Amino acid sequence: MELHVRAVGHAYGPLPVLDGIDFTVPEGRIVCIVGPSGCGKSTLLRMIGGLERPDSGEILQIGSPPTASLNPLTFIFQDFALLPWRSVEGNIRLVLEDHRIGAADTERIVADVLARTKLSDFRQAWPRQLSGGMRQRVAIARALAVSPAVLLMDEPLSALDAQTRELLMADLVDLWQRERFSAVYVTHNLSEAVRLGHRVIVLSRRPGRIRETVDIDIPLGDRAARAVELDAHQARLWALIRDEAEAADKELVDG
Amino acid sequence: MAEQPTVPARLQPVPFRGGGFTVRRLGPIGLLVFAVIVALWEAGCRTGVIHPLVLPAPSEVYAALARLVETGLIWDHLGASLQRLVVGWSLGTLLGIAVGLAIGLFSLARAGLAPIVAALFPVPKIALLPLFVIWFGIGEGSKVATILFGTFFPTVVATYGGVDNVDRTLIRMGQSFGLSWFSIVRKIILPGALPAILPGFRISAAIAIVLLVAAEMIGAEYGIGAYILLAGSLMATDELIAGVAILSAIGLVVNFLIGRAERALLAWRR
Repeated sequence: MELHVRAVGHAYGPLPVLDGIDFTVPEGRIVCIVGPSGCGKSTLLRMIGGLERPDSGEILQIGSPPTASLNPLTFIFQDFALLPWRSVEGNIRLVLEDHRIGAADTERIVADVLARTKLSDFRQAWPRQLSGGMRQRVAIARALAVSPAVLLMDEPLSALDAQTRELLMADLVDLWQRERFSAVYVTHNLSEAVRLGHRVIVLSRRPGRIRETVDIDIPLGDRAARAVELDAHQARLWALIRDEAEAADKELVDG
Repeated sequence: MAEQPTVPARLQPVPFRGGGFTVRRLGPIGLLVFAVIVALWEAGCRTGVIHPLVLPAPSEVYAALARLVETGLIWDHLGASLQRLVVGWSLGTLLGIAVGLAIGLFSLARAGLAPIVAALFPVPKIALLPLFVIWFGIGEGSKVATILFGTFFPTVVATYGGVDNVDRTLIRMGQSFGLSWFSIVRKIILPGALPAILPGFRISAAIAIVLLVAAEMIGAEYGIGAYILLAGSLMATDELIAGVAILSAIGLVVNFLIGRAERALLAWRR
């Protein structure tokens, strides 16, 4: 299944936040969206996931999701969004309970995603007992449980410290090499974008427009070892958004 | 700076400025304070500093309590009171949670009911007791209704406050995974509001006990309130204080039970 974001525009009251956004998410590819804060990238992601309606334009699914997919468009949130009153296992079961799957199948899925995210030993733990990185792994396990066709990641590593971010980034690369999922990955962190993105879309400051689309054709698995080339990409992206980031920083929040 | 004469360096620890502003667990100090007060009170009565008409001695109160137990009357009074308390509080709480959820979830219910709740919450339900007697009869009906209404309003306010405070990202998460509306309410909103609803129980239970006594002062044969009223009109201050002690005990037990419920239902918090 591919996604086509077609001519999407949006305004909050008189304030335009997105304008003429048009791109596709090819199957098995990770599309990163970067831009200065307040450029509407999270809004755009919520629209792609059907949580918000754009004022104009539309988001189209090309082809139908695989039948095994319980929730084709699945989010991973910046602040993890785990229910604190459910254990690790309970948080994963939550998203399976509304689908009519038998107890045996549910158990098989839970065990499987916990193993894939190396969380099997933490099945009964409460979210508050886990570190930020572990919590995000639980959220990833929960997302995998519904076999998504496209993962929608909203700054998934931004709430984590630098070391944990590095570890989880490697985990995500491993995961992609095994599963070849499609994803839209929103971030303000350029080094994440060049490590994980097959395509990086640079948005301008409000109203968010596509300034440039950068394709990075180094295989994901090789990127950690080819730091010099990545740095060049990162420097180029930074040159693109530097002035805008500076201007965005000086803006009043509700100006 | 450089010209200053060098003084031999003095070694001293940095001054400590931290500490305080935390709650330390100190064991059964409360019990000790209580015992000291009762002992002083008893001594005051024995030495004649406190006139027996002003305040009966704790030993006399104890004797009155013992008489109540001996004659078995305590079970009639306690039974009648507890029944009214349990029925009135449970119904009021159930209705309160239902209406509070409705106000929290539906804009129409909020616009329609929240102002009415705000208007009726501060009305002392005791003032309405004569009306309740006309509406629900002089028997159990009016007493249960008084407690029910007294419990209902604080529960409504606590519940919709709790619903308003549920983390919106959790709700959005539920929607993003395609959970049904009913699942979101039952698995995300209700447990998320529970930390606000349970402390509301403490308040509503205290109000229920206050109203219980007031309600039992009209047309009740049995009940702690009736017992206190009778003792008061006979100037039997020892029995009056005994009745008050029983009320206190009920309050303590209720508080303990709610504390237990909190610890069991909110175990995920710590």
